[in-house]
Order: sequence, then structure tokens, then C-alpha cells
Amino acid sequence: MQVQAQLALKAEVRGLSFHYGEVRALKDINMALHEKQVTALIGPSGCGKSTFLRCFNRMHDLYPGNRYEGDIVFHPDGLNLLGKDVDPIEVRMRISMVFQKPNPFPKSIFENVAYGLRVRGERNRRNVEEKVEQALRGAALWDEVKDRLHQLAFNLSGGQQQRMCIARALATEPEILLFDEPTSALDPIATASIEELIHELKQKVTILIVTHNMQQAARVSDYTAYMYLGELIEFGITDDLFIKPKMKQTEDYITGRFG
Amino acid sequence: MTAKIQAQRDLVAIRKLIAEHQRWDAIFALIGLACLMIGVLTFLALFIEMAVNGLPRLSYEFFTNFPSRRAASAGILSAWVGSTLVMVVTAVVAVPLGVAAGVYLEEYAAKNWVTDVIEINITNLAGVPSIVYGLLALGLFVYQFGLGQSILSAGLTLALLILPVVIVATREAVRAIPQSIREGAYALGATQWQTVSDHILPYSLAGILTGMIIGLARAIGETAPIITIGALTFIAFLPPAPVTAEPPFLNFEWLTSPFTVMPIQMFNWTSRPEAAFQANAAAAGFVLVIMTLAMNGLAIWLRYRLRKNIKW
Repeated sequence: MQVQAQLALKAEVRGLSFHYGEVRALKDINMALHEKQVTALIGPSGCGKSTFLRCFNRMHDLYPGNRYEGDIVFHPDGLNLLGKDVDPIEVRMRISMVFQKPNPFPKSIFENVAYGLRVRGERNRRNVEEKVEQALRGAALWDEVKDRLHQLAFNLSGGQQQRMCIARALATEPEILLFDEPTSALDPIATASIEELIHELKQKVTILIVTHNMQQAARVSDYTAYMYLGELIEFGITDDLFIKPKMKQTEDYITGRFG
Repeated sequence: MTAKIQAQRDLVAIRKLIAEHQRWDAIFALIGLACLMIGVLTFLALFIEMAVNGLPRLSYEFFTNFPSRRAASAGILSAWVGSTLVMVVTAVVAVPLGVAAGVYLEEYAAKNWVTDVIEINITNLAGVPSIVYGLLALGLFVYQFGLGQSILSAGLTLALLILPVVIVATREAVRAIPQSIREGAYALGATQWQTVSDHILPYSLAGILTGMIIGLARAIGETAPIITIGALTFIAFLPPAPVTAEPPFLNFEWLTSPFTVMPIQMFNWTSRPEAAFQANAAAAGFVLVIMTLAMNGLAIWLRYRLRKNIKW
């Protein structure tokens, strides 16, 4: 399993730097995402882990003055996600994202989950219904909401809203799923259900997750990257990194001596 | 023992100090209340006086009669029809322009100094005296475009007048939408226009409608620009009906028709020496105020209804 995983790469980050105007937020990052594995990004607040995550779906393009350097090569087609000639919308159609706080649209549960399909011009009702059900099942939410699909998404609890957002991201069958601290606004029980979900989802999709919680990284991820001040300090198999980190800095962080 | 006495003394001193400070609370509350009452009571007095003078004149005929030389048989038919038609034109012109401009400024425009200058100017436009708009419209719509002293000219003029109000209301409503909603849409691969049409516009509808109605409520009472472009003060016929019995059912001749509006009718009657016409003016004023209040009420109700499903 481990060997096979190391063979199949989903994305390779090569020499990635990122600038907010004059501020250099990421410095020369090199790492790889293994296909159908969970990779966690950890590090103290402000270390650039969210900034890094948001490079993958080009969210930074929404705001002026941001600049990327380097490449993120997407496999198997070898597309450079950061290429000047690559449309960020195309990137976002293939790479979905789940945000820190659940951000349901003020629409029904059904319309929320269907929105990605609508954006892609899917008009066939049966298709939409089928994919919405599939996505909600995938997000372990179907049984809880199947009788009230047409109620407002705001009526769901926080954990359910976040799972609905995961369903929304899943409905379009993305190749990579990005999670930006998906449980930071949730209680421990909702957190546990999301973690379990992430564990199941990796059978279908490659996952990159930012977390401020090291136990969470240890629980859900196969690979972990430790970042500090915009630099990638250490990247490796999660068990190795937590049990015998190669870098002193990493060890200090995960043993709680700092951060 | 002495420590206890000392503590009691301190307590007394502190209570005295607090009482002294609280006196200022009471004094300011009184001053504030008085200031508030000056505004509210003045309006109430004016409104009640108008109601007392005008109510006896209010009857079915008052709404269905044309103005007349005899005060007793004069009515506001041409005025309220004129006001309504002018408002229709104003809304149809101002809302699409204002909403599009507001959405463009918030969602599309690059954040640079040019945008800043435009924004400041739009806010300033709301403060330009309405007579200036009247002069502009007289030159541009009435003469340059040859639209004449018509309902169309008046509607366009008032549309210009309330455009800043609609733009500002749109921008505020759009800005109130959390960034996380936009990011959610973009992250699913939506284009800017998909985000605007599927999310930004529907979610800001309440604010936009409120702005539109408040703008119209202002426009319906405007007199100066309407006089400037040459509305008639005495008119005893109606514009051609917009809807007809025969195909094509819609008739746009009313747009070019001469007209009058409520405040001008009021102004006309106020300038007459006979007391009976003063009563007519009061009655028309009463109707106008009720129309304005009803529009504001509608705005509040719509806002409440449309925002019920939106929580942020």
C-alpha cells in the first residue's frame, strides 16, 4: 500500500513562492501530493498553511496584487495549475474546497449541493438528483436530510452544515479535495464525524487538509508537512514525522515546546 | 473598628460620586428627548393640521375629478395619475441602471483611485439640489433629445435624481454579503457573472428594493425639477391609457403626453387666495404624505419578508 501510494503522485509542488503585494508569504516550497492519500499541513498560526492550500485552487486570483512563482504540476495530465495560461475556473472545477466555517448558501440543501452541477450547466433533473444523493451519501448526511432536502440549509446544525459543504464539494467529483481547518468551528462530536468522513473519502479522492490541531493531523493523515514562517520545514509520512522527526524545529513544535 | 468606619465613609463617598455622575445621565436623556420631540412633534403638528383642513375634502370625487375653477368640484385625478405614470418611468429607468452600476462598483471594478473618485462623486451626487437636475433635464431631455414637456422627460429626470440612492443602496446590500459566500461560489468553479446572478443579486434583493422604494418616495414629492422641465399646473385630461383593449394591448403614447404631478397640483392650489383651495391643497398634501408613508411601509415589510431566510 505504502509503496503503491509513493508511486502515484497527484500533484507536485515545485519551487512555489507566493507574494501578497510586497510580502512574501511562501518561500520555495517543494513537496508532492500522493494520490488517494490524506496530506496534512500543520504549523503555528501565520505560517502560511492556508495560503499554501489556497494556491491549489487559485483562490488568490480573486484578490488583486497576489503573485505566484513556481509550479504546481497536476497529474496525470501534467498541467501546471499556476500557469499563466491556465484559467483558475478550470482549476476550481477539478479541485474542490471546504472552508474553515461552514458557508452554506441561503438556499435549500438540495440547491446548495447541486450548485456545482448548475455551474457546469447540468440541466437534466434526474442527473442532478442522482448526483446530489450520491454526494450527500458520500458526506454521510443523506439519512439525516433525505426528507427535508428542500428546506433551508441554515436550519442544519453546524456539523451538518459542514458535511453539506463537503457534499457540495464532492458533487462535482473533484480530483483533489482541499480542507481549510474544516473542524475549527465545530464541537468535538461533529469534529469526530468529519474526521471519520475524511478517512472514508480518501478511497475516492486525494485530500489536502490544513489543521491547527496536531492530534487531528496524526489521526487523519498519511503524510504531514510542517510549515513555519512560509517555509516547508519537514515533509514525510505522518507516523515517521510524529515519532521521529528529522528536524529539531519540527520536534519542538510537535512536542509542544513551541507554538 | 476604625477600619470599618473608614470603609463605610468610602462607600458613602463613592455612592455620592455615582449619584452625581448619574445626574448627567438624566440631564442628557432629557435634552435628547426634547431634541427628538422637536422633530417628531413638528411633523405631527403639520400632519394633523393638514389632516384637519384636508380631510373634509377627501371624497371619492376628489380622486376622480379634474382640477376645476370651482374649488368644491376640483379633484386630483390628473395629478395622481401623472405622479403614478412618472414613478413608473422613474423606476423602470433608475433600477436597472442603479443596480448594474452598484454591482459593477462592488464586484467588478478594480480597486484603484479612479474607482474611489467615482464612489465619492456618487455619494456627492445624492446631495446635488434637485433644481440643478431640472435644469440639466430641460436642456438635455426636453430640448436636445426633443422629448418635450412629457411624462418621459419627467420620469428620466427623477430617475437621474434617485440614481445615487439606488446605487448606494445596492452597494450596501452587496457589501453586506459575507466574503465566504462569494468564495464558496468561486471555489465551485463559478464565473464572476454566475456568482453575481446566482448569489449576489438574489441575496441583496431586499436591500435593493428598499433603496428603490425610498428613492421613489423621495421622487414622488419632488417639485422643483418637474416645474423646471415644464409640467402643466392646470390640466383637465388624462394621458392616453397605457393598456388598450385591442392588440397590441400596450400603448406608449402616454410617455409623450403633457402631465402634472401631486406636488405641483398642491403648489397650484396653495397659491390661490380662496380658502376653499387651501383646503384642497391640504387634502392633496395629506394624500401625498400617505402615499410616501405607504411606500416606506412597503419597503420595511419587503425587507423583513425577504431577509427572513438570510442569516448573516
